[in-house]
Amino acid sequence: MPKRVLLGLLLACGLAAPALAQEPKTGGVVNAVIQPEPPGLMLAIVQNGPTQMVSGNVFEGLLRYNPKLEPQPELAESWSVSEDAKTYTFKLRKGVTWHDGKPFTAADVLFSIEMLKQTHARARTNLAQVDKIEAPDDHTVVFTLKQPFGPFLGIFEVGSMPMVPKHLYEGTDWKTNAYNNAPIGTGPFMFKEWQKGSFIRLVKNPNYHEKGKPYLDEIYWQIIPDAAARSVAFETGKVDVLPGGSVENFDVPRLSKLKDTCVTGAGWEFFSPLSWLWLNNRQGPLADKRVRQAIMYAIDRDFAKDVIWNGLGKVATGPSASTIKYYTADVPKYPYDPAKAKALLKEAGYKGEKIRMLPLAYGETWQRWGEAVKQNLQDVGMTIETIATDVAGGNQKIGDWDYDIAFTYLYQYGDPALGVGRNYISSNIVKGQVFNNVEGYSNPEIDKLFADGAVATPDSKRKEIYEKAQKILVEDVPVAWMLELQFPTITRCKVKNLITTAIGVNDGFKDAWLDK
Amino acid sequence: MLSFVAQRVLKGVIVLLAIVVLNFFLIRLAPGDPAVVMAGEAGASDQVFVKQLREKFGLDKPLPEQLFIYVKGVVTLDLGFSFRQQAPVAKLIGERLPATLLLTLTAFAISLALGILFGTFAARFAGTFLDTAITVFALIFYAMPLFWVALMGILLFSVTMDWLPSFGYETVGANLTGLAHAVDVAKHLIMPAMTLGLFFMATYTRMTRASMLEVKRLDFVKTARAKGLSDAVIQRRHVLRNALLPVVTLAGVHSGTLIGGAVITETVFAWPGIGRLMYDALLQRDYNLLLGVFVICSAMVLVFNLITDLVYRLVDPRIEFAA
Repeated sequence: MPKRVLLGLLLACGLAAPALAQEPKTGGVVNAVIQPEPPGLMLAIVQNGPTQMVSGNVFEGLLRYNPKLEPQPELAESWSVSEDAKTYTFKLRKGVTWHDGKPFTAADVLFSIEMLKQTHARARTNLAQVDKIEAPDDHTVVFTLKQPFGPFLGIFEVGSMPMVPKHLYEGTDWKTNAYNNAPIGTGPFMFKEWQKGSFIRLVKNPNYHEKGKPYLDEIYWQIIPDAAARSVAFETGKVDVLPGGSVENFDVPRLSKLKDTCVTGAGWEFFSPLSWLWLNNRQGPLADKRVRQAIMYAIDRDFAKDVIWNGLGKVATGPSASTIKYYTADVPKYPYDPAKAKALLKEAGYKGEKIRMLPLAYGETWQRWGEAVKQNLQDVGMTIETIATDVAGGNQKIGDWDYDIAFTYLYQYGDPALGVGRNYISSNIVKGQVFNNVEGYSNPEIDKLFADGAVATPDSKRKEIYEKAQKILVEDVPVAWMLELQFPTITRCKVKNLITTAIGVNDGFKDAWLDK
Repeated sequence: MLSFVAQRVLKGVIVLLAIVVLNFFLIRLAPGDPAVVMAGEAGASDQVFVKQLREKFGLDKPLPEQLFIYVKGVVTLDLGFSFRQQAPVAKLIGERLPATLLLTLTAFAISLALGILFGTFAARFAGTFLDTAITVFALIFYAMPLFWVALMGILLFSVTMDWLPSFGYETVGANLTGLAHAVDVAKHLIMPAMTLGLFFMATYTRMTRASMLEVKRLDFVKTARAKGLSDAVIQRRHVLRNALLPVVTLAGVHSGTLIGGAVITETVFAWPGIGRLMYDALLQRDYNLLLGVFVICSAMVLVFNLITDLVYRLVDPRIEFAA
C-alpha cells in the first residue's frame, strides 16, 4: 500500500508540472536541508554533494542539461562544433557580472580551466583531450581537441566545470583563499552568511543576467545531522525541501502522505546513480565467472527495490543506467533464480568457502540491504561474513583489494566515456584508490572498446561500440549490478518548479518560486 | 593553596601532552585515509589527486616528523589546519565551543541541582511512596539511552504538542536580538540540556540518597539531634554536607562523560557544538581537527577535576591541600 501511495504521489507530482503553466510569483524564503555540512563552498576545490547543492546557486557553468541530457545555455548563450568535431566555439552571454560587480569574460573561463586542471580530478580527466583553449575576444572561447571526443559537450555543467572569478583567485594560495568560504560567483543567489553547524544563507542576486530571475528572496540551508531529526523538521514545517537522500527510505512513504507534500524522483538523470556489488575477481571463488553469475541469479533485486527502496528506482541490467547515452537492454538477463544459482555454484566447485562482504556505511537503508543480500546468498549455499566498518575504513579495505564483496554506488555523468568505462578498463587497476577498477577485471577487448568509444565519430559508431561493451560486460559479470537508484526529493507543494534540469537541486533554485 | 593549584596545572600540562602523543598514534591506527576519503567525495580518485592531497596536508612525511610538527604546534598553541574544512582548527573549535559549553554546563547544573534535591527528599522520606517514586523515576532515566530520550522528547514536545523547537540553536532567519534572542536560545536549549541532564541527574539522585542514609546513621547526627537542632538544620548542615563528598567526586569524573554524551545530544538536536564537530572529523579522518577537539576536551576534563578538588575543601574543611 505505501508503495502504491508513493507511486501515486510521484505521478501526481509529475503531472503537477502545470506549475510551469502558472505565472511565477516573486518573493519568499525557502528552507532546505543540507546533509552533511559542506566542508567548504568553493566548487572548484571541493566537489562533494553538499557543496554542489549549496554552491550550485552561487556558481554557474557554461551549460546546463535538460532531463534528456541535451545542452542548454547558461553562461554560454550559444555554441558550435566544427565539421571534424575537433573545434568547439562558445559564445558567452554579454552583461554578466560577478557578485562583486566585476564583469565576467572569456579570461575568467581560461583561468577557471587552468585552475580546475589542478584542483578538480574529474575536470582534469574530462579535459585530457583538449589541445588548446583560446579567447579571440572577451565573449568567445574556442576549445581545440587533440582528437574528436564524443562526450565533450557533456562536461560543462556547474559541478563539472564551475566558473571561477579570475580577479579574486589569480596569484593567491587557492587552498587558503578567504573566498573559499564566502564564494563570489555569477549565479542567481549570492552567499550571505554561514553559521557553522547551523545554517548557510543565500540571498537573491538583484543583478542576475536572466531578467526576472531568481524569484525567491532567500534560501536557508539548514544543517541537521540526524536523519530522524530531519524528518521531524519537515513534518513540523521548519523546512520546505528535503533533497534526495536527506531522510531514510523508510520515512519517505510516511512523509509523502503529509498534507501539501510533493515527491519527485526527477533531477538525477545526469548523475544516474547506479549501485552494484564490487566482486573481487582476483582471488578465491569469485575469480570464477560462474560464481559471479550465480551471485547475479541469487539476489532478489526486485525485493530490494520494492521493500528496501520503497519501490523507487529500477533493477539494473548492466554497467550503464538506462538514463544515460547508448544504454541497451539487449544484454544477457539475470532474473532471480536461486536454483540456477545453486547449479552454477556446484558446477564451479564452490564448497562453502567463506566470503567477506562489506556493506556500505551510509545509514539504515544500506544496512538493511546488506542483510537482505547476505540472506539471499546464504539461501543458495554461500558462506557470507559481514564486515562492519565506517566509510573511511571501508574505502581503505576496498582500495587495498582486501574484500570479496562490497556495496557501492557511483555516478555515471551522462556518458559511458565519463562515468562507466573507468570501472572496467585495466589501466584503472591501481591499488590504494577507490572508485576505479577495484574488482581487478581485465579484458583487452573491453579496454579497446572503451578507448575507441570515447573518440569515435559519428554518434552511431559510438552507439555500436558501447552496446557491444555492455553485452560483453554483462556476460562476464565483473561486478554485480543491483539498482538504478532514485533519491526522492520531498518538498512542500507550494515550492514550484524546483527541479528543471538533469542535475535537479544541484543546479540551484534559479527557476523555483513560492506559491504563497 | 596557590602552590597546590600551580602544581596541579603543571601536572595537567604533562598529562595533556601525553594525551596528545597517545591520541596522535591511536587515530592513525584506525583504518582509513583522509586523502582517499576526500578524493572519494569528489567523485574521482586518480593517483595524481590523492598524491596532491597527501602532499598538501603533510601526510606524505614520516610519522615521527608529523608528530614532531604537531606537538611543536600544540606547545605554541597552534592546533594546525583542518584538511577537510580548509580552516585553522582553533578557529573551527572556537566557533563551536561556546555552544557546547552552554549545553554541557546547563545540563551539568540541571543534573546536580535536581539530583541533589531529589536525593535529599528520597533520603528524608526513605521507605515512603515519595522515595519509591523518586527512585523509580531516576532508574528510568538512568536506564534509557540518551538518543532514545532525545527522540521521544522531540516526538512529544515538538511534533505532538508543538511547545519546543526540535532542532538548532536559535530560530534561523528570525534575526532576534537582546532578550528576545536569549529567550529564543533558551527555548532551543531546554530539550537538549534536559536530555543530557536527566541521565546524570539520575546518578546524582541515587548517590545522594545512599550517601545521606549512611551519614544519617552516624553518631554526630544523634548528637545534633540531642542538642535539640531542628530536623531541617540537621538534614542540611550535618547530613547533606557530609553526604555530598561522593557526589562531588562523581561529578568530577562525569565531566568527561558529559562531553561524550554531548556528541549524541548535539547530533540529534542539531546543536552546533564541538561534539558534532568531533563526530564528523572522526568519520572524515580529519586528523588535525579530531586531535584538536581531543586536546580541548582533555583540557576541559583537567580543569573540571581541578575545580572538583577545590570544591572538596569547601564542602569539607577537614581536607587540606597537600602541595
